Amino acid sequence: MARFTDKNAPAGLPIQHEGFLRHRNFRWLKIAVALSIAALLAYLIADVEPRPNGGTWIGYTLGAISAILIVWLTLLGVRKRSINPGKWTLKGWTSAHVYLGSSLIVLATLHTGFQLGWNVHTLAYALMMIVVLSGFFGVYYYATVPARMSDNRGQRSQVELLEAIRALDRQLRDAARPLDDQYVREVKRAIRKTKIRPPFFGSLKSVQRSCATDRALKRLVRAAQTADEDQRRAIEDVKAILQRKSALLLRTRQHIRYKMLLRLWLHIHVPMTLALLVALSAHIISVFFYW
Amino acid sequence: MESVRIAIVGSGPAGLSAAGRAAERGISHVLLEKAPHLSDTIYKYQRGKYIMATPDQLPLRSDFPFEAGSRENVIGAWDDTAAAKGIIVRHNADVVSIDGSRGAFILTMKDGTAINADFVVLAIGVQGNPNKVRAPGGDLPFVQYQLDDPKEYFDENIIVIGGGDAGIENALGLAADPEQGNIVTLLQRADGFPRAKEANAQALYAAKNEGRLDFITEATLNRIEKGGSGESPYMAVVDTKDGEARMPVDRVIARLGAAPPRKFIEEIGVEFTGPDREAFPVLSPQYESTVPGLYIIGALAGFPLIKHCMNQGHDVVEFISGNTELAPPDTPLLEALFADAPVKRSVDDWIEHIRQDVEILHDVSPLQMREFLLSSDIQFKKRGDTIINRNDIGSSIFAIVDGSVRVQIDPDDKSKTVSIKEGSIFGELGLISGRRRTATVVADEPVTLLEIPRNATLKLMASVPGVKRRMERLSMERQVGQLFGRLLSPKAIDEILAGAEFLSLKAGETFIQEGDRSTDIFIIRQGSAVVEKKIGGKNVFLSYVLAGNYVGEMSLFYEGLRTASVRAAIKTELARLPGEIFERILRESPDLRRAVEAQVAKRRRLNDYIEAKRESFSSVVDMHSEVARFLLEEEGLSEATDALVIDETLCIGCDNCEVACADIHEGISRLDREAGSSYAYIHVPTSCRHCEHPHCMTDCPPDAIHRGPDGEVFIDEKCIGCGNCQRYCPYGVIQMAAVPPKKPGLFSWIAFGAGPGPGEPPKEWIASKKSRNGESPPKLAVKCDMCAGIKGGPACVRACPTGAAKRISPNEYVKLAGGGGED
Repeated sequence: MARFTDKNAPAGLPIQHEGFLRHRNFRWLKIAVALSIAALLAYLIADVEPRPNGGTWIGYTLGAISAILIVWLTLLGVRKRSINPGKWTLKGWTSAHVYLGSSLIVLATLHTGFQLGWNVHTLAYALMMIVVLSGFFGVYYYATVPARMSDNRGQRSQVELLEAIRALDRQLRDAARPLDDQYVREVKRAIRKTKIRPPFFGSLKSVQRSCATDRALKRLVRAAQTADEDQRRAIEDVKAILQRKSALLLRTRQHIRYKMLLRLWLHIHVPMTLALLVALSAHIISVFFYW
Repeated sequence: MESVRIAIVGSGPAGLSAAGRAAERGISHVLLEKAPHLSDTIYKYQRGKYIMATPDQLPLRSDFPFEAGSRENVIGAWDDTAAAKGIIVRHNADVVSIDGSRGAFILTMKDGTAINADFVVLAIGVQGNPNKVRAPGGDLPFVQYQLDDPKEYFDENIIVIGGGDAGIENALGLAADPEQGNIVTLLQRADGFPRAKEANAQALYAAKNEGRLDFITEATLNRIEKGGSGESPYMAVVDTKDGEARMPVDRVIARLGAAPPRKFIEEIGVEFTGPDREAFPVLSPQYESTVPGLYIIGALAGFPLIKHCMNQGHDVVEFISGNTELAPPDTPLLEALFADAPVKRSVDDWIEHIRQDVEILHDVSPLQMREFLLSSDIQFKKRGDTIINRNDIGSSIFAIVDGSVRVQIDPDDKSKTVSIKEGSIFGELGLISGRRRTATVVADEPVTLLEIPRNATLKLMASVPGVKRRMERLSMERQVGQLFGRLLSPKAIDEILAGAEFLSLKAGETFIQEGDRSTDIFIIRQGSAVVEKKIGGKNVFLSYVLAGNYVGEMSLFYEGLRTASVRAAIKTELARLPGEIFERILRESPDLRRAVEAQVAKRRRLNDYIEAKRESFSSVVDMHSEVARFLLEEEGLSEATDALVIDETLCIGCDNCEVACADIHEGISRLDREAGSSYAYIHVPTSCRHCEHPHCMTDCPPDAIHRGPDGEVFIDEKCIGCGNCQRYCPYGVIQMAAVPPKKPGLFSWIAFGAGPGPGEPPKEWIASKKSRNGESPPKLAVKCDMCAGIKGGPACVRACPTGAAKRISPNEYVKLAGGGGED
C-alpha cells in the first residue's frame, strides 16, 4: 500500500481539512497573543503604588478578564453537548479555548503581581496553572496521536480488530485439535486468559511478554523441537496462528493505549477545573470580604 | 326473471363505487360478485398490506370512502358503507354470459339463473381467474392460490410456486419468523426472477443466504404423491435442471398469475384497440364500449389505480343517468393551476394547447396530461425574469408553452446566450444528473412555462414511449451541439446524431484505451468516468468527468492516438459518436478546425506537459491517483453529491459527530463514524452520500424519498417502514429505527443527572420508558438529511471539536486533485 509520507505538508492531503489549531488561519492565536501583549504593556506602563498587586486598578482589570475567561472556557463542556442550531462550530470554540486558555498564563500571572504565598489566592492560581498545563498535554496528544492511531490501526476499525482476534481464537481451537492434550489445554488457557485491555501502567512490550498468548507460543516453540513429524506440523500451524494473534494483540493494545492517551489528560483537566472554580469563588469572595 | 336498471359486474373499487352511486340516486341495481365477499382482488392481498391512495392530488369522487391504510381498514370501511347504503349485492354470482344491448341485457350466471338489465357496467378488473396447478395432485386440499396471513402457519413444509412478486412476498412472509418453524421452498420456472421487483428478488437472495428459505430456479412441479413419512404424508416431485428432486410437502401456495378475461369480453361483442396483450377495450369518453349500453370501467378499462376506479364508478352511473356534462373530478385543481394565466382558456383548451405546442408531449393522451399536470406547475414570467440560476438545486424540467428564453452559456459573460424557442424544453440535464443547474436562464419575452418535477417526467417517459424518444433525441442534440464550443452546424449535428450509438457500461469498464487509435467521441449521458494515464508503469488519475460532458475529442489532434484511458467510475450510459464524421467535418472546414484547435489548446498544453514530465512525476501524483481511486470508486463518491469525509490525522474518536446527529434528529444518529473504510488518513464513515441517482429511491412504494431544495435526499413522513430503501442502498447508510422517547433537557441532565444525556439513548433507557406507556412506535427508515433547514448546517461538522469532519462534493474533490481535464 502506498503510504502517504509527507503528512505534515499542508498541501499534501488531497482533501484539505482545517484543524482546530489552524482554525481560520490562526485567528484565536492572533487574538490571544494580542491580548497577552496588551496586558503585558499595560502592566509595565501602569505605575501603581506601592507595587503591582491584585488590588490595584490594573490588578482588578486583569483579574476580572481572567475570571470571565475561566468561566467562559469552562462552558466548552456545555457547548460540546448542546447541539442547538446556529452558526457556531465546536472547532472554533476549541480553537478559542486553546489559545485564550493559554493566554491565561500571562494574564493571571500579571494579575498576581508575582505575590505568591500559602493561601487560597495562590491555590486558585496554582490550580489554574495545572489546568492550563494539563490542557497543553491535551493539545499535544490531539495533534499527534490521531495520525499514529490511524497508522497503527491500518484500515481497520476497533470493532474489526476485535473481530479478527475472535476469528483467530476460533481458528486456534480448530488447529489445536490434533495436538497432545497438554498443549490443547495450554492453547485453551491462552485463549481464556488473554486479556486484550492493557493495564494502566507498564510498557506494552512487558505486557506482551507476560501475556498468556505469548507464554503459550513459547511453550509450543519448545515443544516443536522435541515433537515427532506429525505433531510438529500441527504445532507449527498453531504457532503461526498464535504469532498472528500476538501481533494483532499488540496493535489492539496499542490502539487502546492511544485512546487512553486521548482521554487521560481530561481526568486531570476536568476535575482540576472544578476545583479551580471552587477556589476561584473562594478567592473572589474572600478578597471582597476581607478587603 | 329479476329486472334492474343497472347491473354491475364485479365488486372491486370501481364496481362498488358505481353501486354506491346507484343506491344514492335510488336507481334499481344489482352488484354481481363471483366471490363470497366484496372486492376479491383486494381481499386476497396479504394481511396487513399497505394500500396507497395515489395519485395524491386527485380528489376522490365516490360515495365510498377511501384513504391510504392497511388492507383490513380499507375493506372494513367498504363493507360498512355497502351495508349502510343498502347496496343490493348478489354473492357467488359468476357471470358466464352477457347478451342483448341497451335496454334489454340478459346476464346469465354459472348456476343457470339470469338477470335482466337496461345497462351493464363491467368492472371485473384484469385479475381474471388464477392459473391452476396442472400437475397431478394439484387438486389436493392443501394446494391454495392465495395466502391471507403468513403468521397462521407453523412447522410446515411449504412449497411456493411462482417467482413473481406475489410468490416472493408470500415466501418471505412465511419464512420471516424462524419461530414459526416453516420450511419454505420457492419454485421458479425461469432462470432468475425477471418479473419480480428488484427489491423483492434481492430480499429473496438475502433470505436464502441467511438460510431462512430456499428457492430452486428452472424448476417445475411434476406431481404430488403419497409416500412421505411421519407428519408429512405427501411428497412433491420437482423437475429441476439437475434432475428430479423429492421433498416433503404440507402445503402448496401457487402464485402463477392469471388468465386475462379478454376472451369473455370479446364474446360479448366488445372491440379492443388492438390485438396485443396490452390493448384495452375501445371506449367513449363516457366509458361506453362498442356494445351500446355496456360500460367498462376500472383496471379493465386501463386504470390500475384504486382512486381512478372509484371515481369512474361514480361517474359512469352519472353518465347513465343522463348527467353527461359532468367534468372530471380534477377540473377544479387544474383550473386553479391556470388561474393566473394572462390568457383565459378552459382547462381542456389549455391541455390541448400545451399538448400541441410542446414537442415532447405530442404523444401524451389528454388523460395522462391531466394526471401529470396535477403534479406540475405553470409559471408566467415577464421579459427579463430569471427562471433558474446557475448552481441552483433543482431537477425539474421546464417546457416553454408560449414565448422564448435565453440561456447564459458563459458564467463570466452574461451577454453570451443561446435562445430556446417556444415548444422546446430546458433543464433536462437534471434528469441525467442530480447536480446543480449548469446555467442561468432568463425570459426573453413574456413566457408561459410548464415546470414538470423529475419524478413526473420519469414516469411520463416510462409510460409513453414517444416522450422518451423525443426527450432523448433532444438531449442528445443539445449535448452534441455543445461539442467544440457550439461551433458545429445544424447539418453536422444531424449527421452525427444519425451515427450515434448507445452503450451501457458497468463500473470499471474501460471504453477508451490509451495507445489505441480511434477518434470516436463519447458523451456521458449518465454516471461518470475516470481519465487515467500510464506514467512509470502506474495508472495516474488525471480527471473525473461528470454526466453531461464528453471525452475522447483530444485524439483528433493527436493523429487519432488515444493519450489517456477512460473508464466508467460507476454504472454509466454513453453515446458513441463516430470519429470519421468529425475527422471529415474538420478536414472540410479549416476555419472550424482552427477555431476548435484554439479551444482545446489549453487541454493540449496540459497533456503535452504531462507527456514531457511523465518519468519525473513525484509520488504525490501517485498518491493523488490512489486516493482518487479509493474515494471515487471504492467509496462511491463518484456518484455522491455531498459526503462526510473525516481526516484521521485530526479525528480523536470522540464520536461527538454521532452525538450531535442524534441530538438534532430526535435521538437517532444517522451516521456511524467508526464504520466505513479509510485510506491515507481519509476516512469515509457510513453516512449518506446523497447520490446523483439515489439507489434508495429505486422502489419506494409510498414515494416517500425525495431530493430537497439543498440537494439533500430525504425520507418524508409517508414512509411505511417497508425497508426497500435500506436494501437498495449499497453503502448501508439507511437504518430502520423507531423514534425513541423524548429525553429530559440538557440542563436537567447536567444539574440533576436526569435522562441518558446527549446522543442516542441506550436501549435499556428506551425499554424502561416504553414499559410505562405500552406500545412502541413503528420502525421507519432513517437517513441523513444533511440537516436541511437547520441553521448552521450539518450538525456532524459543527460538533467536531478538531475540524476532522468535513462534507465534500466530488466536484470540489476533482478540483483539489488537480487533474483538470474536463470542460
